[in-house]
Amino acid sequence: MADVALKNVTKRFDEVDAVRGINLQIPDKEFVVLVGPSGCGKSTTLRMIAGLEEVTAGDIVIGGDIVNDVPPKDRDIAMVFQNYALYPHMTVFENMSFGLKLRRVPKPEIRTRVEQAAKILDITDLLARRPKQLSGGQRQRVAMGRAIVRNPKVFLFDEPLSNLDAKLRVQMRTEIKRVHQKVKTTTVYVTHDQVEAMTLADRVVVMNAGRIEQVGPPHELYHMPKTRFVAGFIGSPAMNLMPARLEQNGEGLMLRLSDALGFPVPQSRVARYRPSAGKELTFGLRPEHITEPRGEGRDPRCEFTVTLDVVEPMGMETMVFFTVNGDEICARVEPSAAGGPGQPMRLYANLNHMHLIDPATHLVL
Amino acid sequence: MTATVAISGRPGAAVGASLKRNRRWALVTSYVFLILFAIFFLTPPYYMIVTSLKSDAEVAHLASNPWIIANGITFEQYRLLFTGTDFLIYFKNTIIVTLCVVAISMVVSVLAAFSLSRMRFWGSGILATGIFLTYLIPDTLLFIPLFQIVRGLGLLNSYWSMVLVYPTLTVPFCTWIMIGYFQSIPKELDEAALIDGAGHMQMLLRIFIPVALPGIIAATIFAFTVSWAAFVYPIAFLFSADQQVLTVGTVTSLIKADVYKWGMLMAGALVAAAPPLVVYAFLMDYYIAGLTAGATKG
Repeated sequence: MADVALKNVTKRFDEVDAVRGINLQIPDKEFVVLVGPSGCGKSTTLRMIAGLEEVTAGDIVIGGDIVNDVPPKDRDIAMVFQNYALYPHMTVFENMSFGLKLRRVPKPEIRTRVEQAAKILDITDLLARRPKQLSGGQRQRVAMGRAIVRNPKVFLFDEPLSNLDAKLRVQMRTEIKRVHQKVKTTTVYVTHDQVEAMTLADRVVVMNAGRIEQVGPPHELYHMPKTRFVAGFIGSPAMNLMPARLEQNGEGLMLRLSDALGFPVPQSRVARYRPSAGKELTFGLRPEHITEPRGEGRDPRCEFTVTLDVVEPMGMETMVFFTVNGDEICARVEPSAAGGPGQPMRLYANLNHMHLIDPATHLVL
Repeated sequence: MTATVAISGRPGAAVGASLKRNRRWALVTSYVFLILFAIFFLTPPYYMIVTSLKSDAEVAHLASNPWIIANGITFEQYRLLFTGTDFLIYFKNTIIVTLCVVAISMVVSVLAAFSLSRMRFWGSGILATGIFLTYLIPDTLLFIPLFQIVRGLGLLNSYWSMVLVYPTLTVPFCTWIMIGYFQSIPKELDEAALIDGAGHMQMLLRIFIPVALPGIIAATIFAFTVSWAAFVYPIAFLFSADQQVLTVGTVTSLIKADVYKWGMLMAGALVAAAPPLVVYAFLMDYYIAGLTAGATKG
């Protein structure tokens, strides 16, 4: 096991900068998820750690050693691919033992290690089968087994659940987390699915356009995003973002969304936002913080009435959509509270969870 | 409601009947053309078998029906072919040449295809196209410069010259087939093998060759067929009977001026056709799989 560090790592493909000087420190045993939209450089970063792509500039350090020029086989890493990459002509046992055979591990030890890994992943009965005789979930388990038997310093996962259906994806997500809790190997996991990132990671690395936007535990990223991109990317449904003007209102501040709609900024946030008074800003509020009026101690000035455009019942909650100044807003309400499309509904915005973003810098204030 | 069902039921039944009728017609048409096709292609072998089992006298008798054996079956043509001519020498020479050519072609083309399809190096794309273009140059153009090379190497009138020149025909096409096949193997397989600790040679031997076996068999059959049936090079480079191969040897020894030994010619052609037939029969499934590799997703 080992820690991993990326120091000013850059990757350039011809004229395109895929990764732009990123720095990242991953301590031993940590489960880090790289997340971001397509083309953000997350897979390229992972492939550079694996040694499948050369680094244009900067250093990759595994276990204290710079491995820029070390071939993949000597980096002591194991990788699970999106399409499993199982050898089709080999049985599950042969697939899992291939790496050990190449490293001339004694046969009895190979058998022991494969059987142990198979037990962890519950694939003991499949050892004699070939990949084409397995389901998608079983193949994914075998791919993980192939990584586990090697007992490497670092596990690398490249969107391993993308090819699975929704139900199996949730199952395998739990499986991966369980395996990590058992083997505690440093893990770098790439996904474009932010729910996967939030549920699996000790720390999430949000990437955008070849740069790291923010690194932190899932909870921190969700509640304290540092940039507009992170605020909009993390969370499902996404955070509501709309233009607003911050106005002085006596001793306090008022957030004006339209001529008819404005909310008082909570006292706890006034000092923080006062320097931005008078500016046009972007106001962010998550759907779960726009609800039907409920609970005690709420500010009645934060209640407002809207006409619902779309209503999406989810079972334990209902998503309602409406527009403010042309921007579509989503609110999360009790199923019994929601009316139908075209009907008016009274809602409450809990501004204690609000975010204000400077549209010039895209930084959260 | 009942009326609706009755009305909507009629067109449904009509469509069903129409589909059945269409299917029947499609089957009948298919069978007719398949039978015509089979007759067309099986007629020459039938004619060869019939002629090879006749005596010289019956073959020469112009009034007899050439499609049937009127005077009884005889294996005299085969006996004469094996004992009275150098046919077995030609056969042996052809086997040696073909085995060597197939081995050389496959080793060279598999290595070339692997490097061209998987190892990124400058000019690999142009090189791959260039190799295929060499296949487009016909052997009737190549045999004159190759004659000079073979003579320079002192291999004129030696069947080993065939081992040298046949790969100029087989290697480009086999390489092209193998490039296509190797490219259809997901890139992640080599990356997984690299991470597992395989070098390029181990990757080729333990991953690529087993996975690409249908493609390799397709290429092998092609090399075998070309080598077994080549005519231009042996007729240009080989002169004596002890060095001759089947294609040219059979023709030159059994056709003397305007005297055609039809019975033995047919017997020789049938025996010569047997090894390719056996190879095709056993490997046809792999051959088709090899030719259609990568044609569909997944």
